[in-house]
Amino acid sequence: MIKVLKSGFYTTIQDLGRTGYQEYGVPYSGAMDQQALKLANALLGNNEDMAVLEMTMVGPRLEFQCATLICITGANMQPKINNKMVGLYKLHQVHTGDVLSFSASKSGFRSYLAVKGGIQTDQVMCSRSLYSGVTKDATVKKSEELPIEFFEGGTNNAHAALKINTDYFNSKTLVVNEGPEFQLLSKAQQIKLINFEFHVSSNNNRMAYQLEESFENALEPIITAPVLPGTVQLTPSGKLIILMRDCQTTGGYPRVLQLNSTSINFLSQKSTGQSCLFKLLNSK
Amino acid sequence: MGFKLSYKVFGEQGVLVEWPKEISTKILDDVINFKERLNTSDLKNIIEIRSAYQSLLILYSEDISFEKEVEVLKTIYDSEEKSSESQSTIWRIPVCYDAVFGLDLEEMSQTKNLSEEEIVKRHVEVLYTVYFIGFLPGFLYLGGLDEKLSTPRKASPRLVVEKGSVAIGGGQTGIYPSESPGGWHIIGQTPVDFFNPKNTPPCFAKPGDGIHFYEVSLKTFNDIKVLVDAGVYQIEREESHD
Repeated sequence: MIKVLKSGFYTTIQDLGRTGYQEYGVPYSGAMDQQALKLANALLGNNEDMAVLEMTMVGPRLEFQCATLICITGANMQPKINNKMVGLYKLHQVHTGDVLSFSASKSGFRSYLAVKGGIQTDQVMCSRSLYSGVTKDATVKKSEELPIEFFEGGTNNAHAALKINTDYFNSKTLVVNEGPEFQLLSKAQQIKLINFEFHVSSNNNRMAYQLEESFENALEPIITAPVLPGTVQLTPSGKLIILMRDCQTTGGYPRVLQLNSTSINFLSQKSTGQSCLFKLLNSK
Repeated sequence: MGFKLSYKVFGEQGVLVEWPKEISTKILDDVINFKERLNTSDLKNIIEIRSAYQSLLILYSEDISFEKEVEVLKTIYDSEEKSSESQSTIWRIPVCYDAVFGLDLEEMSQTKNLSEEEIVKRHVEVLYTVYFIGFLPGFLYLGGLDEKLSTPRKASPRLVVEKGSVAIGGGQTGIYPSESPGGWHIIGQTPVDFFNPKNTPPCFAKPGDGIHFYEVSLKTFNDIKVLVDAGVYQIEREESHD
């Protein structure tokens, strides 16, 4: 078990989410930065879709009640084992009673903690990802105990480490394709949309990132239609909303752009005030 | 069959098929028919098909060649084969319109100049059509609301709408499948579960099905609630005759 001593700002359990339930209105969920999740699992020799802790802005304080091997990826929340700083993208053997703590993030916004064999909470609809209304809780709570498997003897490969270029935390560029309603924008609007530097508003979470600047808009709402993580919606008041992993399955605002999967990972490491710039691919 | 469809790239692994921009049961039938023929045509690279009022989103397990997949889709749409007549079901849903649940019934009665009884009568008289599920897990988009009951959404939404609340927002009526914030006018509550992650599938209703509401007393509501909570309540159904 891992005992949660302090829950942090917003800590959840995530894997690669739920596919195949969207026709029932169930969001995909899953790790916001899926590259960070997959890397952590890969370093541990786990399956890429094993469940991890996703920590946002300020990480939790955790006590291990059995030995295991861990790996931390994504944002740098200055992780410490028993008050000693440890590195990211490395394997660490922990023992019964060890305390893993995090502080505020120094770079990036979401950090991932993976353990050998994955977190073993119950699956709901083929996934352990927390989502209110599907799972009992929406976040990891103080005093909760998270089941994990005992693992010892990882010292042979404890030197495995990865040099990761985390420049993507600072990269402004979000690669996009045209959304279904892109062609309804005027040429001038299309050009403005992909040449303007937008900023992430404080209204950002696992469901969606709203951008700060208003964008002149004359498009009417559409007949409610499917949306995806990465869909950029334009509201009647001219706000741009980028849907993220916990987004609803359908929406009624024009879908002007679509982020590719790498850019969803990039954006999920951004927080309030950071800038982004759309780069349009394969314009038809 | 026979609508002029448009095909668009949507996401890295998706094709969006769109029907004319209108809401009608004729289009709904065609959307469902196409979806079913795709489901039975055994295209191995399709992992998910989602429908809405006038669109189908087809998602593939890998990056696709858009032109090639659209050719395959067009061939299936144009083939004369009709899907093996889908079974649609009409569900009978008990609703208690008592003031305990119908929080906005009195206000609606005043603004619409209709008695509460008249609102309830008009609400239960109609056979609603399930267009698709979206917004929240298990939230049915229903068509068919009596125009006289159409009411603009509340200026400021409630922070908490109870699970099972039956409500009217604009020209639509719906059931909140779980507790959530909401800006619709609440006229009653049903004890029936519209979404249960433990069931396979998690929703009993599907696009194309019908929904008939009927009025129950507070006592009957509570009796049914006990059965629902114990997991033994059987939702009533009428045979569909089309």
